[in-house]
Amino acid sequence: MASLPIAVERRSRPPSRGRVRAFVAGLRSGDEIAHLITLMFAASIFLITALLVFELWRNSALPREHFGWRFLWTRVWDPVFENFGALPFIYGTVVTSSVALLLAVPLGVGAAIFLAELAPRRISNGLTFLIELLAAIPSVIIGVLGIFILVPVVRTTVEPFLKKTLGFLPLFQGPMFGIGLLAASLVLTIMVVPFIISISREVLLAVPVEQREAALALGATKWETTWKVVVPYARTGIFSSVFLALARALGETMAVTMVIGNDPKINASLFAPGYSIAAVIANEFTEATGRLYLQSLIELGLVLFVVTIIINGLARLLILTTTRRATAHP
Amino acid sequence: MSYRLVWRKAVNVVMLSLTGLCALTSLSVLFFILGYLIWKGGSHLSWSFLTHLPAPVGEEGGGMANAIVGSGKLLLIAALTGIPVGFLGGVYLAEFGGKTFSFLVRYTADLLNGVPSIVMGIFAYTIVVMPMGHFSALAGGLALGVMLIPIVVRSTEEFLRAVPITLREGALALGATKWRAVATVIVPAAFQGIATGMLLSLARVAGETAPLLFTSFSNQFWSSGFNQPTASLPVMIYTYAISPYDDWHRQAWAAGLLLLALVLMANVGARLLLSRRVATPR
Repeated sequence: MASLPIAVERRSRPPSRGRVRAFVAGLRSGDEIAHLITLMFAASIFLITALLVFELWRNSALPREHFGWRFLWTRVWDPVFENFGALPFIYGTVVTSSVALLLAVPLGVGAAIFLAELAPRRISNGLTFLIELLAAIPSVIIGVLGIFILVPVVRTTVEPFLKKTLGFLPLFQGPMFGIGLLAASLVLTIMVVPFIISISREVLLAVPVEQREAALALGATKWETTWKVVVPYARTGIFSSVFLALARALGETMAVTMVIGNDPKINASLFAPGYSIAAVIANEFTEATGRLYLQSLIELGLVLFVVTIIINGLARLLILTTTRRATAHP
Repeated sequence: MSYRLVWRKAVNVVMLSLTGLCALTSLSVLFFILGYLIWKGGSHLSWSFLTHLPAPVGEEGGGMANAIVGSGKLLLIAALTGIPVGFLGGVYLAEFGGKTFSFLVRYTADLLNGVPSIVMGIFAYTIVVMPMGHFSALAGGLALGVMLIPIVVRSTEEFLRAVPITLREGALALGATKWRAVATVIVPAAFQGIATGMLLSLARVAGETAPLLFTSFSNQFWSSGFNQPTASLPVMIYTYAISPYDDWHRQAWAAGLLLLALVLMANVGARLLLSRRVATPR
């Protein structure tokens, strides 16, 4: 410590009277007041988040006490005898989101590659804006189109085709209703693709041009450059876009509610109707009679909240580490 | 050319065309949705749709005037509660914030942004509907307002940071105190961007249905004040679309077109406003 320059020493431990005086001067000029007011509003974001967690926790006390952890893997959802388990909804949510991601990731990353690597910059910007418009379409509208257009097409065309070609898999067996897990997955695909495209494109564009030039100079084709050099470089960012899309798919409510079939059963077949966490909350919340019923729905909300927070948190951390690495080694 | 080279070139062409096909597929979904809504909804969108109350089941005609006004009311409450918090929070992050605390605020805002909208509905239900004992426009507006906060915080911060440092230095060099520089120079310089960000955030929550289902609920009639169950366009679209009546389906298409037109107009308008500026923050 003794070897430190005096100036640093002084700054690290200022005489308290001087600090108070500076604060009072700041107050008089208004700086400290403005600082405190804006600080209060910034801090209110913590407050709101904390309140959100607290309310979800407090209002789901009854089923937590009643069912404990069993709530998460009970298959029964019986409002009449007040026996509630979340498993059918967790199953429906996970299955629809995974199928949606299976379809959306290749589609989204492919489109992002086209927009970032092939299309001229101005066309790419225009197309990306259109893709972002697709993300702006309210989910209830996607749901309306889902009911009236997608479901009939799924029933008359998609499901018979899948049954004929892949019918040996248990996934594609059973009666074909149109409404069901498959329709919900398709609707979710439409809703998450724009996210994957716009974030992945951004990440791909951030890959230094030298990487591409080096690969091309070594004789790689355009595709080899993209697939073996650019995409691996942008890997973390693309992963995080997939995570963000997953979080969105898990929490998506309206469009799924309208086409999933609303049946709390676990079926191996994608043709069968199912139920998702968000959909059951949307459908049954206003009809919930009895505190245990209502609080079970709120506990489902808590489950959804915790899962999406974890996935979002991971995705944001991934994005942060990649952007930091990019700025550290330009 | 060796066989290997031909193969590599073929893979190149095939895969690159596939990526183009992916982009084309995604875009065609947008155009299909737009086209179909215009075709289906356009023929049922009329003056009486905009000015009349919903007709009882079985009766032809009727409109969604109450839902249009109701959506406006909800957005007003949302704007009054969410925008000031978001704006001032954003000013803090851009102008006054330190390092760790700002990072935490930003991170929390991002997480809040990712919370499913239906959970926001439960939140508003527990803090407004349960104590008051009935559904109200206030509850729905608050749910939307909370959703606005993280979006407005981030966009405000981004646009404030895009203000050139020279403006800041100029104001301070003229002897302005920090808050005066912020209030009279920096915020006005970024005003257009900030306002656009607010417009976009409103457009985003305008289409939200899930948080309204059990907060503002719905209403077949006019609701007076902010303390009653209130109809809103998204909820009307939902209830009409899942109803068994053909006439209601037609109304749902018309309402869907109206909602989509408003949301897309806000988005395109914001884009045009921003592209006029030289540096578009991304």
